[in-house]
Amino acid sequence: MTQPAPAGIVRPKGLRHRLMRILLFAVLGTFCLYYLLPLFIMMATSLKSLDEIRTGTLVSLPRQITFDAWLKAWGSACVGVRCDGLKPYMWNSVLMVVPAVAISTALGAVNGYALTKWRFPGANTIFALMLFGAFIPFQVVLLPMARTLGVLGLAGSVTGLILVHTVYGLAFTTLFFRNFFMGVSDGIVQAAKIDGAGFFGIFSQIVLPMALPAIVVTVIWQFTQIWNDFLFGVAFTVGDSNPVTVALNNVVNTSTGVKEYNVDMAAAIIAGLPTLLVYVLAGKYFVRGLAAGAVKG
Amino acid sequence: MASIRLDKVWKKFGTTEVIKGIDMSIREGEFIVLVGPSGCGKSTLLNLIAGLETLSGGEIFIGSDLVNDIPPKDRDIAMVFQSYALYPTKSVRDNMNFGMVTRHVPQSEQTVALAEVAGLLHIETLLDRKPGQLSGGQRQRVAMGRALVRKPAVFLFDEPLSNLDAKLRIEMRTEIKRLHQRLGKTIVYVTHDQIEAMTLASRIAVMDNGHIRQFGSPEDIYERPVDLFVAGFVGSPSMNLFKGRVVEQSGLRLQVDDPAGAVHFPIPRNLHDAARPYLGRELILGLRPEAMVREGAHRPGSETFSFDRTIDVVEPTGPDTLLVFTLGGIEAIGRVDPQDKISVGTKFRFDVDMGRAKMFDPVTGLHLASVH
Ligand SMILES: Nc1ncnc2c1ncn2[C@@H]1O[C@H](COP(=O)(O)OP(=O)(O)OP(=O)(O)O)[C@@H](O)[C@H]1O
Ligand SMILES: [Mg+2]
Repeated sequence: MTQPAPAGIVRPKGLRHRLMRILLFAVLGTFCLYYLLPLFIMMATSLKSLDEIRTGTLVSLPRQITFDAWLKAWGSACVGVRCDGLKPYMWNSVLMVVPAVAISTALGAVNGYALTKWRFPGANTIFALMLFGAFIPFQVVLLPMARTLGVLGLAGSVTGLILVHTVYGLAFTTLFFRNFFMGVSDGIVQAAKIDGAGFFGIFSQIVLPMALPAIVVTVIWQFTQIWNDFLFGVAFTVGDSNPVTVALNNVVNTSTGVKEYNVDMAAAIIAGLPTLLVYVLAGKYFVRGLAAGAVKG
Repeated sequence: MASIRLDKVWKKFGTTEVIKGIDMSIREGEFIVLVGPSGCGKSTLLNLIAGLETLSGGEIFIGSDLVNDIPPKDRDIAMVFQSYALYPTKSVRDNMNFGMVTRHVPQSEQTVALAEVAGLLHIETLLDRKPGQLSGGQRQRVAMGRALVRKPAVFLFDEPLSNLDAKLRIEMRTEIKRLHQRLGKTIVYVTHDQIEAMTLASRIAVMDNGHIRQFGSPEDIYERPVDLFVAGFVGSPSMNLFKGRVVEQSGLRLQVDDPAGAVHFPIPRNLHDAARPYLGRELILGLRPEAMVREGAHRPGSETFSFDRTIDVVEPTGPDTLLVFTLGGIEAIGRVDPQDKISVGTKFRFDVDMGRAKMFDPVTGLHLASVH
């Protein structure tokens, strides 16, 4: 696909409009700074040595850039008694987030499709009940969920956490896909029925390719939610099966020795990097309008 | 190929009744055109035949099979949707192929069918585009192509030519007719175009508000409308319907009152017996625009009648000129030759061929059966 040339914008001329534009950009710039400053401080601190942190100021640039803190955060910082850095816990998080996002998104897509395109008696009631799930606070499900995981023999495991996130995420993914499919013309599904395709044939060949924007939104949302989750992670996993958010907390809260701010900052950035990566990679699909031209008008 | 039979078919959406007990028998290989005002239930009826909507009552047979509970994909039909309903993520080629692929038609047959239909519809150059990159008329032809590549028993067309330019529309109309003659498939076709209906149909069904008012050959529908609704709906411009009183004045006449002077139309001889009981009461006279021409333009028939009116509006259409005048409180239209130079506000003398006049009961709306 080629990018269309940026369209010219017709805007009024004159001193007043010029001043207004300068003001506008000044406000926008201030907001940018406000959001970027914490990131800048984290980056700068993580690249300094402990000595420099002690002697310099918070906002100064590192005099000498060193990656020691990053290496330590990744490979040798102590999480509790284990001193392997965040690496093993990152892996735990990946093992948890990939299946949890994939399963909850896939099920949400099927749910949304069935609820809108194969209307059955009670579809609206079922949807209302599912939606209710989106408003249940985390804390409320902790105990029943712990009990369920215990009965299933999944307590304290990554698999158990995957199950928890999948179930909890279903309400949201279903909501996203249902709303998207509401806007897809029923005629397209009807045409595919006449063309001889069945429930899953229409889903995989017609409906799902159209739903790319919804898939992207759902994946970004679910990934961010599940990756950043702390409560479920701390409640349902133990030690070695902790996700990275819990491990990060343990790194920062280790009480032995001096406080290594540079390692803490590097660890925090490492733990947050994947969500940023997903947004950068998937974000470009946001802008592609795909349903254009399907129907009359 | 298959016949279609509808038996007391009802469809309700919630509490709104959209199809109200339709009986219809379509023979194998017939070309049925459904016409009717917007919202009368034509698309719904097609959807019921296709199985896209469930029946609220009644039975539908395709061939000898009761299909009430058979899903659309097993009914062996192809359909062109009023909204086109193209698959937006697929190319034109894949849109047209999809039905054949899901039905496992061999690749070689697919290629042949696609090439043939694409040629027929002049869309060969568009095959690699996505629907979003097509104009309205091009999309409509792709929608049509998607149905035509298949070889089903029944075709359902919902206004398939509505968005094409005049020339292409006539060309496609001819192609559809030729295709029907060649393949002999059963077709149910919805249109708002009167000429399409007249030229294509082996029989026309005129629908109104969930009922079928008349189901017959184009000639029947045009020349022998069963009631005022059909008479008024079929034909463009529509039939002039004058309300008048039956009087005895050198034979039976219909007196149509008007501020500019009453006109006494002689009631056609074949309708005398049917009209006599109405003596002194009201009847409605139906005259098609082409039955009112310039004096002397017809060969003088045995039942020619002449009257004068002042012309309010002159509308040249090209082949004919339409003259609008007021009579009996309605705007009436006569169709004359463009050569007849007429200016607005002048008196014009019309010849009416009363042999082609229709009479209707004003209360029931029914056509007075002519006694030959
Ligand atoms: N899903 C639905 N729910 C409720 N009412 C509906 C539904 N679909 C159609 N209708 C109603 O049924 C009636 C018939 O609709 P239909 O689409 O069959 O009309 P149509 O004859 O095809 O009209 P047009 O010529 O404008 O296409 C309309 O009054 C419409 O509002
Ligand atoms: Mg319709």
